[in-house]
Parts: sequence; structure tokens; C-alpha cells
Amino acid sequence: MKVLIPGISGVIGRIVARDLLEHGHEVIGIDRRPWEAAPKSVEMHDTDIRKRAAEEVFRRVRPDAVVHLATVTHLVAATEERYRINLGGTRAVFEHARTYGVKQCLFVGRHTYYGAGPDTPLYHSEEDPPMAVTTFPELADLVAADLYATTALWRAPQLTTCVLRMTYTLGPTGHGTLSTFLRGRRVPGVLGFDPLFQYMHEEDAASAIVLALEEGLRGVFNVAGPSPVPLSLLVEAAGRRFVPLPEALLLRLFGRFGLPRLPPGALSHIKYPVVIDDKLFRQATGFAPRVDETQCITEFLEAFPPRA
Amino acid sequence: MALSLLYDDEVLERLERLELPFNRLGVDPYGVTKRHLALAFSLTKGLYRNYFGVSVQGAGNVPARGRAMLIGNHSGGVAIDGLMVILSMFWELDPPRLAQGMVEKFLNRVAFASLFSNRTGQFTGLPEHCVRLLEDERLLMVFPEGARGTAKLYRERHSLVNFGTGFLRLALKARAPIVPFAFLGGGEAFPTVWNSQTLGRLVGAPYVPITAYLAPIPLPVSMEVYYGEPLRFPGDGDEDDPVIQAWVDQVKDRIRDMIAEGCRRRGVTPALGDGGGR
Repeated sequence: MKVLIPGISGVIGRIVARDLLEHGHEVIGIDRRPWEAAPKSVEMHDTDIRKRAAEEVFRRVRPDAVVHLATVTHLVAATEERYRINLGGTRAVFEHARTYGVKQCLFVGRHTYYGAGPDTPLYHSEEDPPMAVTTFPELADLVAADLYATTALWRAPQLTTCVLRMTYTLGPTGHGTLSTFLRGRRVPGVLGFDPLFQYMHEEDAASAIVLALEEGLRGVFNVAGPSPVPLSLLVEAAGRRFVPLPEALLLRLFGRFGLPRLPPGALSHIKYPVVIDDKLFRQATGFAPRVDETQCITEFLEAFPPRA
Repeated sequence: MALSLLYDDEVLERLERLELPFNRLGVDPYGVTKRHLALAFSLTKGLYRNYFGVSVQGAGNVPARGRAMLIGNHSGGVAIDGLMVILSMFWELDPPRLAQGMVEKFLNRVAFASLFSNRTGQFTGLPEHCVRLLEDERLLMVFPEGARGTAKLYRERHSLVNFGTGFLRLALKARAPIVPFAFLGGGEAFPTVWNSQTLGRLVGAPYVPITAYLAPIPLPVSMEVYYGEPLRFPGDGDEDDPVIQAWVDQVKDRIRDMIAEGCRRRGVTPALGDGGGR
């Protein structure tokens, strides 16, 4: 099938593209970021998904399926820009998909949608509300994009819409929110708290996306890898030092002394866990992660040893 | 790590026989770690064996494996009763089981308390947790009296306050047997004369119990836990409130009888009927 991937140049996009080619599909990419080593058979378009040129790609190529990977987090873009990319971009993808007869549209969202807080249940099912908007306002645009994509299920019944809420990734690419958090030699925590972190290997994340596409999955699904691990254990296994600091102090230290710059809402995500139940996805697709929790950390550590 | 020096050999041996799905890092899918259990059971062994000298009867009534709900009375101003029930399931059953309590909401907001309760499988009392753990064939521990139960004063120690009905619906939905238990001695060990809500607000708890001797330290009083035969009810949890209430009353009556029996054995007069604190 002909698959269009907005956001193809990201780490997950590249692996998904490679997997799709291996499975005999045709791949077309849209991204403003370059992918120099892109396989010859991938048709690349250097444009913004919200621009007319992107619509032109839909009109000319008439893809069978779209894998929408062009969303960003607070680590990458400032608030206003993020809203334009995440919400505006998602809207453009679904509108073009409807207009140009796309059969299947897959939105890749994030598990942080559910938010972290003291009163939230440990395992979130797909029906749980998006508490992230209250605990971590910087995630509101991603929550909105996720919910917007979900409305396509009833707004565009002829389109097979699938929303995947995926955990953090961890592996040799060092890409993503969790890997960025773990990069430094010391990793901060909140004193007296040690939340569970759920992550999966990049290759497994890509496999899950390809699987959802090939199975023609419809609906909203949580996608997770191995079982979650406490932050302190994860940090130690990654060869870093876990430095738990009192909450009030930590808030002042963000962005200084080599600590990552994080908005205050991020604190709830290193105090309390966001853990998802992926039972539905496993049942629907037979998905099973190939890389376990320890191997993910080992591969990250080998690629990014802590600097002396 | 230096903390491992505190590990007790007997604890480590029993931990190996605990039937929980630990991964290579020694973590189960709920974040319960062998490390924290080893520390918790090692540090409390003396408390359980000697300081309180907990005696347990009817532990054989608790299913050796598979889902079940331990339901009992609160006894004592802090959650010592819960801790001793967890310890009794670890020390008296073969293989040992991890009883997982449904904890008051405030605890998860408190630094360290949150960490330690989560790592030892003691989660906030949410229906979602209850259902999931039962479906995962875990052993739950619920005090249907809730915070009103720990607020019982010394003179009310053998009484029962109002039972919530949520636990029974959840047990029926999960088709889990209810194992009633009576806990005695907590009231004597922690003789609350007054509950301070002002102090409670300061530490983020509903209240702080004040003892006659002021210090919040339990006295070395012998404690007893009686486990009764499992109760099953012929429903699926979708019954009307009056039906559920009648079954809750049956559970409550059974626990009240066991408390009375225990009191007779201890040679004290049980309080009749419902106590105060509501």
C-alpha cells in the first residue's frame, strides 16, 4: 500500500519507513527536516504539513494510508509554535485524508496524555480522561491533537482512524523525552518519590505502528513495551547518578547546573507515574515487544555512556 | 548497597517463595520491588514476633493462591493493624503471600510514605486498583471502616463503625472470596484519647491521633488476628443497594462475632453494637 508519513525524518519515522519498505509498501515522506540517508525509493517532500504544497502531495500521490508523526513536545518547540504544529498540523492531515480518499489514518500520540498525579490509578485504560491538561499544562496541545484525531472516528466514518498512545522510547538513538532526561551524568528526582517509568525500544515502537497499519486497526489504543521500572533503578542501570532533591529546591534548579530545563508541570511526571494498560492493543494485534526493559537501558548506555 | 546489611536471612528465603512475577530487575508489574520488601519485612520482623508478639489463628482460611479480599476491623490509631495483617500473611502462610492494602489517599502525597507504600504494593484505595489487582489474582486487604475506623478512641476499640459498601460490589464483580478477619490489641497498643485535625492539616493527613502519654509510639501489647472462613455471595455486583447492604451487614456481623470471641479469650468485655466515631 501507498503510505504517506508526515514527520518521516524523526527517529521513529525513519524506522517505520524502513520497515514499511521491507514489507513491500510504497513510502512517501513529508518533513521540513532533512533525511540525507533516505532510501532512494522514498519520495521525500520538504514542506510543512500545513502548507499548500503538502496538500498538493495528497492530491497527486493519493496515498492509501497516512501515519501522522509530525507532532512535537515542549522540549522541542515553544508554546505558540507547538499549538500550530500539533493542532494545526493534525487538523490538516485529517482534512486532506478525507478530501483525497485516504482509507486509513494513524495518529501517533503519547501516553503522557493521561497525566501524572497522586490520585490517578496506576494503570490507565483507553477510557481514562486526559488529566495531563491540569497536571502539566504544556501537554495540553498534544492532548488536544489526540482528542481531535479521535473525533475522526465519528466525523469521518469512511476513514479507518487509529490513535496510538505510546510510552516513551528508550534505546540506542537517545531520542525522545525520556532519553533526553537521562542524558546527563546526574539525573534529578524528587526526594521521597520514585515513580514508575514505562518505555519501549524504538524498533518495537516502529513495529507496533506498522502492525497497527497492516492490521487496519480502528479505534484508540495504548501501546506499551515491557513492564514499568522505578526511576531510580532506571537511572542507576543507565550508569547515571540519581539525585533526589527536595521539591522546592528542584523547581529553582531546573535549567541550571546541567539540569534539564523543565516546566514546573514536568515535576508531577517525576513524582508520580504514568503507566498504561496495553491489553487491548496486544489482543487486537498480537503485538509483543522484542526488547525487554533491561536491554533497552543497556543499548542506551552503550550509545550514550555518561561523560566522565 | 549498605541497606542490604539489614536484610534478614529468613526474610530473603521467604521472599524467594513469594509468588509474584518479578522481572530481571526484581520489580513486579506494579513496581513492587524485592529490595523494598526485603527491607520492610526485615525491619518489622522484631515488631511482629517480639514487640507485639502477634498471634494468628485461622491463617489457613486464606486461599493459598488466587484472588481474595481480606476484610476486617480497624484497631489502633495508626495503620499498625494493616501492617500486622500484611506481616501475618508473609510469616504464617506457606508459600507466603503479599497482602496489598487499599491506602488512604493522603499517603501518596507525602514524601517517602508515597515511595515506600508504592514499592511494597500498598496503593491508594481506588476502585480501579481494587479491580485490577483482583483480576491479577492478588490478595487484597481492605478496612471498610476507612479513616473513621482508625479514628476510634480507646474506649471504642472493640466497636465497629459504619462499613462502606464499595468493597462488596467490587468483590462480587471480580468473583473474589471475602476472608473476614478480626484484629485485637491495636486499641490497647495505641490508646487514642483524642484526634487532632489541626495537627493532621499540618502533615497532610485527615487527623493525628493523640495518646494518653502524648508520644505517638505504640505500647508493647500482644495483638491477635483471627481469620474466618471465606464468605461468598450469590451476586455479580449489579444488585440494588439494599441487597448489597444486607450482605455487607453479614460480613460485619461475622467480624463482630470474631471480635467478641477474641475478647472472651483475652478476658475483656467487648463493646456491644456500633461504636461512635461516625
